[in-house]
Amino acid sequence: MATTEPDILDVERIRDDFPILDREFSGNRVAYLDNAATTQTPEPVVETIAGYYRTTNANVHRGLHQLSQEASVAYEEAHDRVAEFIGADGREEVVFTKNTTESENLVAYAYGLTELGPGDEIVTTEMEHHSSLVTWQQIGKRTGADVKYIRADDEGHLDMDHARELITDDTEMVSVVHVSNTFGTVNPVGTLADIAHDHDAYIFVDGAQSVPNRPVDVTDIDADFLAFSGHKMCGPTGIGVLYGKRHILEEMEPFLYGGEMIKRVTYEDATWNELPWKYEAGTPVICQGIALAEACDYLDDIGMEKIRRHEDELAQYTLERLGEFDDIETFGPPAGEERGGLVAFDIDGVHAHDLSEILNDYAVAVRAGHHCTQPLHEKLGVAATTRASFYIYNTEDEIDRLVDALDDARALFQ
Amino acid sequence: MGIGGSDMYRQQILDHYKNPRNYGELEDPTFTHVGENPVCGDTIRMDVVLADDEDTIERVAFRGDGCAISQASASMLSEELAGMTVEELREMDRDDIIDMLGVEISAMRVKCAVLAEKVAQDGAEIYFGEKDVDKTTTED
Ligand SMILES: Cc1ncc(COP(=O)(O)O)c(C=O)c1O
Repeated sequence: MATTEPDILDVERIRDDFPILDREFSGNRVAYLDNAATTQTPEPVVETIAGYYRTTNANVHRGLHQLSQEASVAYEEAHDRVAEFIGADGREEVVFTKNTTESENLVAYAYGLTELGPGDEIVTTEMEHHSSLVTWQQIGKRTGADVKYIRADDEGHLDMDHARELITDDTEMVSVVHVSNTFGTVNPVGTLADIAHDHDAYIFVDGAQSVPNRPVDVTDIDADFLAFSGHKMCGPTGIGVLYGKRHILEEMEPFLYGGEMIKRVTYEDATWNELPWKYEAGTPVICQGIALAEACDYLDDIGMEKIRRHEDELAQYTLERLGEFDDIETFGPPAGEERGGLVAFDIDGVHAHDLSEILNDYAVAVRAGHHCTQPLHEKLGVAATTRASFYIYNTEDEIDRLVDALDDARALFQ
Repeated sequence: MGIGGSDMYRQQILDHYKNPRNYGELEDPTFTHVGENPVCGDTIRMDVVLADDEDTIERVAFRGDGCAISQASASMLSEELAGMTVEELREMDRDDIIDMLGVEISAMRVKCAVLAEKVAQDGAEIYFGEKDVDKTTTED
């Protein structure tokens, strides 16, 4: 690497791997600040996808021919690579799904629907993404289990005293978002896991916004389940991961039935395949899985600790720049406290959708809306916020372009 | 440049957004109806007074909260509707609203533009007993 500072990301070199960042709109180079929604895909991952279809494509497991064997080995080894990336104990603990949402639903259906009932409690937080909030809410309605929400304060911190109050011996499942996609808060999931385990409850960690940008080790945080999406970490769409502790996955019922997930079938009954295939019914996400393993290589080569620091630095810089203005309110932890690489904000007199439309004129891509945390936005008293979110290729310069464009929006609307 | 961006915010739209016409409530509305655009959080409430013929729209007022497109559209519509008949209101469609706004609206924002029109139309249909909804949403 060209950099003299080994701890700093060589952003210029990284950008070379992302030709999409050279696109221009109305004469401006795109400043892609919508990474919490989806990240861009580096050349090595694009090459892996193209290479797979050019040289290896075949269905897995069932075939004895050479292509099928190669595809099967690559697909199975992709599970090993992802397991290593999150500190799991082998491929048995790593299930490939469609996305974080499906990983949440897998556990909600396979465990929640079959094991929970009246008198049981599910404890989650006020800052959950809809993928977890709506899912557990429906499981509560269908099973009679109560759903309780750990309070979030005005600065986006979980009220841990409230957590200790809510999590009791009636609690069966604690489901928490690791890094909030609205506040950017890094929640103390390890502590929450300890509290959950003290009461013999499982803990499900939504890692959609944490696994992409910081070292996450399932053993360190003692998660029973961890979910994340490939498309938020340099991988393709169409693949998510469900990590589960082996003994839990062994006991749990399957979610989807069909081919690949069975061992032996008669007209009367069927038995289930080994882990993790028991949870991967039908033709799985073969190419996407292999590409995700490549994305893990790509990110590890850069270094997850460096990525964490880079994201925090960009978030702090954004807070500092937006803090210069009295008409801007930012959400989440105050400047100086670590957060994931995202900042949601509101500017007086300019609706988030109008603002993002104006920013688009400057080729600054941000997200406006409720970011799939609608009840949280209602609690904050705003219908929509604007969110800038960063990744390995973003620069302070791009944040300056965002801040400069705000003047234009003020001139028009205020 | 594509459709959208600051092109959408011509003077007329900004003027209606910053100085909305007929903003508020009417004393004895013939009908009142509310609606929202759940994705954006735009909300609109419309009060309409019909003449004794139960057909001619005499006055319209609105209240609301949301983006410039949704609020300017409601303000302009409140002026446009006065003097029209209920039948003419029912026949309005999104092209009429886009003509009224006088700018091209990007596909993602059409819902914002038509919210007020849909609220007024649903309000009329509910009043004449042809429909039964509590709240109009642009998702339907
Ligand atoms: C915290 C969090 N959880 C879950 C999700 C859902 O991810 P996906 O849409 O890939 O299922 C997201 C993505 O928007 C997220 O930010």
